[in-house]
Amino acid sequence: MKVLVAVKRVVDYKVQIRVKSDNSGVETQNVKMSVNPPDENAIEEAVKLKEQGLANEIVSVSIGDDKSQDVLRTSMAMGIDRSILVKSQNTLEPLAVAKTLKIIIDKEKPDLVLMGKQAIDDDSNQTGQILSALLNWPQGCFISNLKIENNKVFISREIDEGIENLETSLPAVLTCDLRLNTPRFASLPNIMKAKKKPLETIDIDTLGIDTSSKIKTLKVIEPPKRKAGIMVNDVKELVQKLKYEAKVI
Amino acid sequence: MSVLVIAEHDNKNLKSSTLNTISAAEKLSEDIHLLILGNKIEDLAKSSKSIQLVKKVIICDHEKLENQIPELSSPIISNLAENYSHILAPSSTFGKNLLPRVSAQLDVTQISDIIGIESQDTFIRPIYAGNAISYVQTDQKINLMTVRPTSFEKCEEAGGDAALENITFIDSEVKTTFVNREVSKSDRPELGNARVVVSGGRGLENSDNFKLLYDLADKLNAAVGASRAAVDSGYIGNEYQVGQTGKMVAPELYIAIGISGAIQHLAGMKESKVIVAINKDLEAPIFNIADYGLSSDLFQAIPEIIKELDLLNQIES
Repeated sequence: MKVLVAVKRVVDYKVQIRVKSDNSGVETQNVKMSVNPPDENAIEEAVKLKEQGLANEIVSVSIGDDKSQDVLRTSMAMGIDRSILVKSQNTLEPLAVAKTLKIIIDKEKPDLVLMGKQAIDDDSNQTGQILSALLNWPQGCFISNLKIENNKVFISREIDEGIENLETSLPAVLTCDLRLNTPRFASLPNIMKAKKKPLETIDIDTLGIDTSSKIKTLKVIEPPKRKAGIMVNDVKELVQKLKYEAKVI
Repeated sequence: MSVLVIAEHDNKNLKSSTLNTISAAEKLSEDIHLLILGNKIEDLAKSSKSIQLVKKVIICDHEKLENQIPELSSPIISNLAENYSHILAPSSTFGKNLLPRVSAQLDVTQISDIIGIESQDTFIRPIYAGNAISYVQTDQKINLMTVRPTSFEKCEEAGGDAALENITFIDSEVKTTFVNREVSKSDRPELGNARVVVSGGRGLENSDNFKLLYDLADKLNAAVGASRAAVDSGYIGNEYQVGQTGKMVAPELYIAIGISGAIQHLAGMKESKVIVAINKDLEAPIFNIADYGLSSDLFQAIPEIIKELDLLNQIES
């Protein structure tokens, strides 16, 4: 089985982001960037499938500028065999990302595609679902458990009501929840080794797809600030405040 | 033009997120149609007809639609799309799972999780876990949007008399079979919809201690929530998680107990009207957004709150 993992480079989840003063977007210059957290779970799952002998080749792909090589190197340090960077100067919308991935998938012919359920920058939560529809492959979203046996795929999905269990088959597109696994840290020797693993670069303009933005961002603003609250001294004061000041109990 | 709302339901009742989504649709058109895809939904269709804002209820009733497999339901939606200027679904795991497939089928970019509607083509949505708010505009032939339920009021369920239309089921080849759903039963209010939410974090230390939280929740007729840390630690099920990758809540009162206040958690609850934080660590970031903070050991504080609430009730009765 061959597994393809899609990885996005995003502002690190620990960074307190800043809105640009001209309200054109969020400051991403000189900010720590990392692998999108649920994409790390996708990488970890692919590496586990290889360790279990279920996958024989695991490939990661990212779309972005040259700097996205970082996240691909990280994925290879975690155990991915080789990487593909689709070079694009522009930020792509989920539909364009999925179309780009489909072309890579048509070429690479993986049996399984894994990716995070959402990117923590634009929080769209769309790409896996769109890709599944474009490929006409089964879709498994927000998965927190995966078992593959004799070409059968058993997944547990995290839904608002609890857990949904589905059975499906390969090839499939699965999007990973943070609870799917615990991503490993890349060890220093593995980081060194990853530098020698193959990283292919493809220019997005050679793919012949429309990647233009369909959505125009008019402005990006900071959310309204909450007014400062107070510290109460004890439970009695708290309950009194909730009853007579806030009037919520 | 007309607006289509995709109903979220359990084949018997509409989820309240559907009512919030209908309110969002009202800002776009007076001609709102509600599409219900399900199995044995005659009664559900009848009761939905009385929603005041809905002009037409469209149903597709088929046993294969029982478990809302998106591969089966999305082509039915896409097939209706040309009649509408906007298609809306709640931004719940139901809507998130479904609507992007329609986006692929119609070749338009979906706008996720809108919290406001400026005009027919301009929408407001949070990005970066709500740490920035983006105003976006689109001139696509049709606008597909998921709607954050807590950002729009629930619409009235009574007083209307919508037309009813049955549409034929279109079968698609699907390789996925539904096995089961593990759903926890609770008499407490629904988390996404409760007036009061009592949430616990890693400070609770184990699942047994969550019982303390349940006692307090029951006293306040509140829903129970949790931080990702508490869910990851196995103290409580994933369906209770509040935050960027869990549920978004905006109750009248949110009580965060033993929750430090990671950015991802704040994303899910900072729209609450009144926020209370109880934590022994005075440096916990949750205090920065709390209206009322109490620096105290939660194992002492929770029983004391319950006692105070009992006292209040005695005085009142």
